[in-house]
Amino acid sequence: MCVGIPAMIISINNDKAFSAIVDVEGVRREANIALLADPADPVREGDWVLLHVGFAMSKLDEAEARSTLEFIRALGSVYDEEVEALRVQD
Amino acid sequence: MNQFPDFRDPRAARIVLSRIAELATGQPHRKFMEICGGHTHSIYRHGLEELLPQNVELVHGPGCPVCVIPMGRIDDAIYIASQPNVVFCCFGDMLRVPGGKLNLLEARARGADIRVVYSPMDVLTIAEREPERDIVFLAVGFETTTPSTAVTVLEARRRKLSNYFVMSNHIRIVPAIKAILDSKDLDLDGFIGPGHVGTVLGNHPYEFVASEYGKPLVTAGFEPLDILESVMRLLAQKAVGRCEVENQYTRAVRDAGNPVAIGVIDKVFTVRPHFEWRGLGSIEHSALMFRDDFAEFDAELRYSVPGIQIADPKSCQCGEVLRGAIRPWECKVFGTACTPETPIGTCMVSSEGACAAYYNYGRFNKSPRIPVTAV
Amino acid sequence: MGHDAAGRERLHARIEKWRRRPMRLHDEVITTAHGAGGKASQALLNSVVFPAFEMTGAAMDGAVLQVTPKHDLVMTTDSFVVTPRKFPGGSIARLAVNGTVNDLAVMGAIPRWLSVAFVLEEGLPISEFRDTVAEIALAATEARVGIVTGDTKVVGRGAADGLYVTTTGIGVRQHGIKLGPSEVQPDDVVLVSGNIGDHGIAVIQARGELDLVSDVSSDCAALHTLVGDLLVSGANVRWMRDPTRGGVASSMNELAMDAELGVRLREENLPVSRTVHGVCELLGLDPLYVANEGKLLAVVSPETADKALTSLKDHELGRNSSIIGVITSENPGIVVLETLFGGTRVVDMLVGDPLPRIC
Repeated sequence: MCVGIPAMIISINNDKAFSAIVDVEGVRREANIALLADPADPVREGDWVLLHVGFAMSKLDEAEARSTLEFIRALGSVYDEEVEALRVQD
Repeated sequence: MNQFPDFRDPRAARIVLSRIAELATGQPHRKFMEICGGHTHSIYRHGLEELLPQNVELVHGPGCPVCVIPMGRIDDAIYIASQPNVVFCCFGDMLRVPGGKLNLLEARARGADIRVVYSPMDVLTIAEREPERDIVFLAVGFETTTPSTAVTVLEARRRKLSNYFVMSNHIRIVPAIKAILDSKDLDLDGFIGPGHVGTVLGNHPYEFVASEYGKPLVTAGFEPLDILESVMRLLAQKAVGRCEVENQYTRAVRDAGNPVAIGVIDKVFTVRPHFEWRGLGSIEHSALMFRDDFAEFDAELRYSVPGIQIADPKSCQCGEVLRGAIRPWECKVFGTACTPETPIGTCMVSSEGACAAYYNYGRFNKSPRIPVTAV
Repeated sequence: MGHDAAGRERLHARIEKWRRRPMRLHDEVITTAHGAGGKASQALLNSVVFPAFEMTGAAMDGAVLQVTPKHDLVMTTDSFVVTPRKFPGGSIARLAVNGTVNDLAVMGAIPRWLSVAFVLEEGLPISEFRDTVAEIALAATEARVGIVTGDTKVVGRGAADGLYVTTTGIGVRQHGIKLGPSEVQPDDVVLVSGNIGDHGIAVIQARGELDLVSDVSSDCAALHTLVGDLLVSGANVRWMRDPTRGGVASSMNELAMDAELGVRLREENLPVSRTVHGVCELLGLDPLYVANEGKLLAVVSPETADKALTSLKDHELGRNSSIIGVITSENPGIVVLETLFGGTRVVDMLVGDPLPRIC
């Protein structure tokens, strides 16, 4: 619905509550990380987050992202293998 | 510099399109509704619709929070913005939404101090810099945006700001989806589910779509590959008669959502008994207002807005477009009396509105579809 | 797709007919949309300015005045009201010179003389005015134009945002040069001389309202030597423009409408710097609509496209030049973009201010 983009946490601001600097393709901006204030899983420098109207909404799981992409790419090879198998049968 | 994995790879897209073509072969005509305005925008911006097979149709839903704001609410906003000493702040999309007579851009040209902000927190900065003015924020959005407003209000309280107010137009996605599902004139086969609302609410609130209404839903990200993969998953479900709620946007959406965000919404806001949606009429429990505990921030209490309901112009068919009952080009005034520079309804104003998206991106005679070759 | 294709075709025809009507002015007061370079600006010009002066759109770019059998004078004027007055990569002073120099250059003229008129706000520090004037003088020297006349006015506090500048430029070109929308033909090639969107983003950032930090610099530059090299390279140049406010998209739309031909751009060939792309993603802007101040758009014949590209790339201002599209006979008046996925979308003319899309 709304514009949300991946941003990387560059630094956490110790002087200001829930404030961090994030980087989007070389552009930096202050972001509010209050919504990710989970003591069990705090936000750290180097984390990727989803940024929406200046707020970090969710941590982006880079491994999960890669695995989604791999899954998609693998669809191609599965298809190719099926085609190959059919051809061999002929 | 690190780059987050890219979900715009054309090669991967062709792979998914091959699978889509395969799955769609032999299926009856399928209509999938993508609820979010962000999905509508992405589909048109990347020209995805024409890459899908003929029997797969994407229908645009009401998930554009700007589009569903009735004209009367804009008039209320202009009323507040025109009060003496008010600095009125809003997101850029709101400036050209038509009210009964004027929009906010025109109100600004006539002297109201209306400023565009990127983030709700920017409004606090203005409030601190201009303590002698009353700063009012026009809060708009589904559950993706509501937590940001809530956090900002809590921060305003912490900073003891007494010149900061919010006019809440926050709405809830589940009642909107229910309204679509209950609508008689629709015959949808499944849903591409709201991805960013999902980061807040998680996937469970959408379960009823499958369990009560028998339609599959795939919560999707907003990049082209996300949308295409979601279409593929819906077709895969239909092919074997499955009906489930799936999560394609696993990198951002967790099943339980974001409990902190859900908590902060609940702390600051409560559900309005009913709320007027442009084109959809009044929907129960579909919008939020401040809890009594936060009444001091409520702009509607402070400014006694007129609150007049203005009927949409007779020629406006936004409601039918928002429900997915008609396509943008089937609206009688589409592209002629209603264009982006002379919008009659909000579907044509918001960059995520189906009509604006189609007019700005989709409207022309396309060359014959490029055949999708297997990769 | 393809539902009731005939019905949709009828609709498209109806829309196109409607679109070709002179853009109507509906507003009663001027809004910022009227200054954005898109449809609202056009409506204002069409409704109010052109009829009064018996001018056409072409005259707003520059006037060609024949003075001798062999030579024409080309005259153009422009006002500069940018805030902030200084930003990374440029300033109102440099824009004032380069903007007008560029308008002359893209008409095939050698820029020779400028006039400079200032409107100064009461309270403006004289040191700033002195610096501005010095910068203008320097930019003029670098562009090899003479500042030959001018004017200065002062208005009360609050009335001029500090300083406004208007420059009028006169250039010389050979009589009979064929440049313009009527020269453009189907299959012609569209080139741009480098990264798009730098200037607009640099200014947005310098304004500080959106709290961004990036290394984007305005591309503010005088293009007359780049143009000069192109014109002697052997390339068959049909049309040129320096895309300013409203971006490449607006210039391409104007061309498509004036030439009554279609333009087909390729997304993967559009040169955009990574940071500009990042800011645009953040704010929901499209680089195609963001202002430039040092880029050349050129349409050349297909046979000479490679020559044109080489010529641009050989110049220091054109290192990132790219062939970005073609002119088509299909969809006349419309600019179409082939997306990275092989899909297509329309690139329409800007409606108002490019509002950052948020929600």
